[in-house]
Amino acid sequence: MAHEKNHDYHILAPSLWPFLAAVAAFVMLFGAVLFFHDSGPYVLIAGFVGVLYVMYGWWSETVSENRAGDHTPVVAIGLRYGVILFIMSEVMFFAAWFWSFFKHAMYPMHPDGISPGVDGVWPPAGIETFDPWHLPLINTLILLCSGAAATWAHHALVHENNRQDLKTGLWLAIALGAIFTVFQVYEYSHAAFGFAGNIYGANFFMATGFHGFHVVVGTIFLAICLYRAYQGHFTPENHLGFEAAAWYWHFVDVVWLFLFMAVYIWGG
Amino acid sequence: MADAAIHGHEHHDERGFFTRWFMSTNHKDIGLLYLITSAVVGLISVAFTVYMRMELMEPGVQYMCAEGARFIPAATSECTPNGHLWNVMITYHGILMMFFVVIPALFGGFGNYFMPLQIGAPDMAFPRMNNLSYWLYVAGTALGIASLLSPGGNGQLGSGVGWVMYPPLSTTEAGMSMDLAIFAVHVSGASSILGAINMITTFLNMRAPGMTLFKVPLFAWSIFVTAWLILLSLPVLAGAITMLLTDRNFGTTFFDPSGGGDPVLYQHILWFFGHPEVYIIILPGFGIISHVISTFSRKPIFGYLPMVWAIIAIGVLGFVVWAHHMYTSGLSLTQQSYFMLATMVIAVPTGVKVFSWIATMWGGSIEFKTPMLWAFGFLFLFTVGGVTGVVLSQAAVDRAYHDTYYVVAHFHYVMSLGAVFCIFAGIYFYFGKMTGRQYPEWAGKLHFWAMFIGSNLTFFPQHFLGRQGMPRRYIDYPEAFAYWNWWSSVGAFISFASFVFFFGVMIWSLTRGARVTANNYWNEHADTLEWTLPSPPPEHTFEQLPKQSDWDRSHAH
Repeated sequence: MAHEKNHDYHILAPSLWPFLAAVAAFVMLFGAVLFFHDSGPYVLIAGFVGVLYVMYGWWSETVSENRAGDHTPVVAIGLRYGVILFIMSEVMFFAAWFWSFFKHAMYPMHPDGISPGVDGVWPPAGIETFDPWHLPLINTLILLCSGAAATWAHHALVHENNRQDLKTGLWLAIALGAIFTVFQVYEYSHAAFGFAGNIYGANFFMATGFHGFHVVVGTIFLAICLYRAYQGHFTPENHLGFEAAAWYWHFVDVVWLFLFMAVYIWGG
Repeated sequence: MADAAIHGHEHHDERGFFTRWFMSTNHKDIGLLYLITSAVVGLISVAFTVYMRMELMEPGVQYMCAEGARFIPAATSECTPNGHLWNVMITYHGILMMFFVVIPALFGGFGNYFMPLQIGAPDMAFPRMNNLSYWLYVAGTALGIASLLSPGGNGQLGSGVGWVMYPPLSTTEAGMSMDLAIFAVHVSGASSILGAINMITTFLNMRAPGMTLFKVPLFAWSIFVTAWLILLSLPVLAGAITMLLTDRNFGTTFFDPSGGGDPVLYQHILWFFGHPEVYIIILPGFGIISHVISTFSRKPIFGYLPMVWAIIAIGVLGFVVWAHHMYTSGLSLTQQSYFMLATMVIAVPTGVKVFSWIATMWGGSIEFKTPMLWAFGFLFLFTVGGVTGVVLSQAAVDRAYHDTYYVVAHFHYVMSLGAVFCIFAGIYFYFGKMTGRQYPEWAGKLHFWAMFIGSNLTFFPQHFLGRQGMPRRYIDYPEAFAYWNWWSSVGAFISFASFVFFFGVMIWSLTRGARVTANNYWNEHADTLEWTLPSPPPEHTFEQLPKQSDWDRSHAH
């Protein structure tokens, strides 16, 4: 027959997930606004559960498609492009927070709050910052070790198909990531400055907070890879999900290094 | 025709309505959804401007009264000006046009429909995520409308801070309207970023065999560059408006000097997105215009390679000129000099494009079909807007023109006229291809002339008003500005009438238009791959990937 397809691209069947995702996103954000204006968190929570449900359903389907062999070499290349581009957009998101940080650190406003950016000091008067060479340094090492463990797991899979080391490496990466998050929470609870009312706290908590959020997301991503490793999903040739998780994890690492150098060491 | 058998076979479409339009993974259907939705949102947004021009037609406030908004002036009853209503109108006109009309129409609509076809791809790289982009766009629009209808500043409905959402107005306005508007922009941004990831991946990974980068048609190139601008600029905006959100709701002081923050920082971050946004809006239009001009001049496009590099150069330069929107915000002289110089440099690649379009027409046998009229209109209007842009790029001159109607005239010439004329050129060019029916030629021409005259009449006098010193964003003005305001309003009514007429043309053509039977109903210079397909194309296209001889017109092989 002359009409058969002669390409390896992935043509998908119709799917309800995108529509559900948009509905859930609308409910979640509308609920967030209601929450901000003292109308209770219920709509927000309902929307958030909806978003989580769509993520679970949609990505499970993607995993099944991968198992079914829909991710031909050319489709796999496309998925890799997609992950890299997504990470690039994330980098630009952090650019906004670094922009705010560097602007205020290099050109702090005058303490009287009125005069233009002369004679200001950074950190602002009265702000006691963290000593970067204590917990932040330890946390840096923890996160870097976690990245190294993820790379170890990756190499074990790709070069030796060593599934035991793959699992051990992932366990280690996830545990270190979780410890990082716990330490970060501990640090937050001991901050000598508040979130509201001062520019140092706003910059510090939003920049490190969004990073922390990415750490949590990356940890979950790695945990799903670990689960899939136990299910025997990955082969040395086909482990797209793990590759994406590893890239994402390294991106989170690099953002932290910049935060550590700029916010903790230079700007502290 | 043999190509039809190759690229799309007759296959009965048994998808149900809900499956086809709500669960789509088909780039052509999603493109149509984008076009239709943006047309509807466009009508809402244009209706706001008609109401604004009604109000500005005469000095004094006749319609937007605190006692209640009216559409017929009541000679006897009191009318206290309702400035908030006015502010709401300009705000939502801007937000809707910027985020929910022009990008979805050009990038989402034409980009989705024709970029994969031009490069011979069977669909987008991520067909399901493509639909997520569309539905997030709808969710964003819904949040925008919710914002319009929910409690805002001054104890009234809606937010009146302007589409740029500058603090401290945006951080201090009461109610939930501003928060909803911020989330609307977040969601529309997420939609565009996902779309950009999809477009870039499709462009890089799914080109037809033999189609190297510099053989890709110009429209596909323009979408590719636009996607990069979206990918790199919209996340920065997301950061900026997240700061607004926390300043509003959680007491942070990013933009509040009393807590060490800086309101001008917001302007910087916003315009770091906002200027690329201008090119996000116009670049896909450049692509469409290139194909229209080439087709109706019966000549290949002049200077293909410089055209590609000009698009890339405009895209790159678009990222380094943002502070020319902020000359009066207290920038140092050095900064102003840099941004002035960098801004003027953009005129060079833009000039390359305009002169290449003219050179394409030079010596061609030009046919004034409807799409070509729109392309001609675009060329004239965009050049006018570009020239006033060079005027405004001068920091010293901008001291006089900043926030006057001169600026309003300038950006409407490049966007409202430039980009919108591109959209209409694209619609008339591709209407037969997308629907299998054709509009009556006279109707398309009437629409063009009414819109061309109407929009010029609206915006050209605004240059004079700006030079007289009339500031933008006001509900009322002194007697001295009355004359040109009256003419400007007349122009707006003509444009609006032409827009309503356009909807009529579309509905008539969709239901009763003459059937299109040819794959290529223009001429042999419409030579990109979409013209090898039936009109309308079947559900699945290029299941058999196109051969190089189907599209490659170069002499190199």
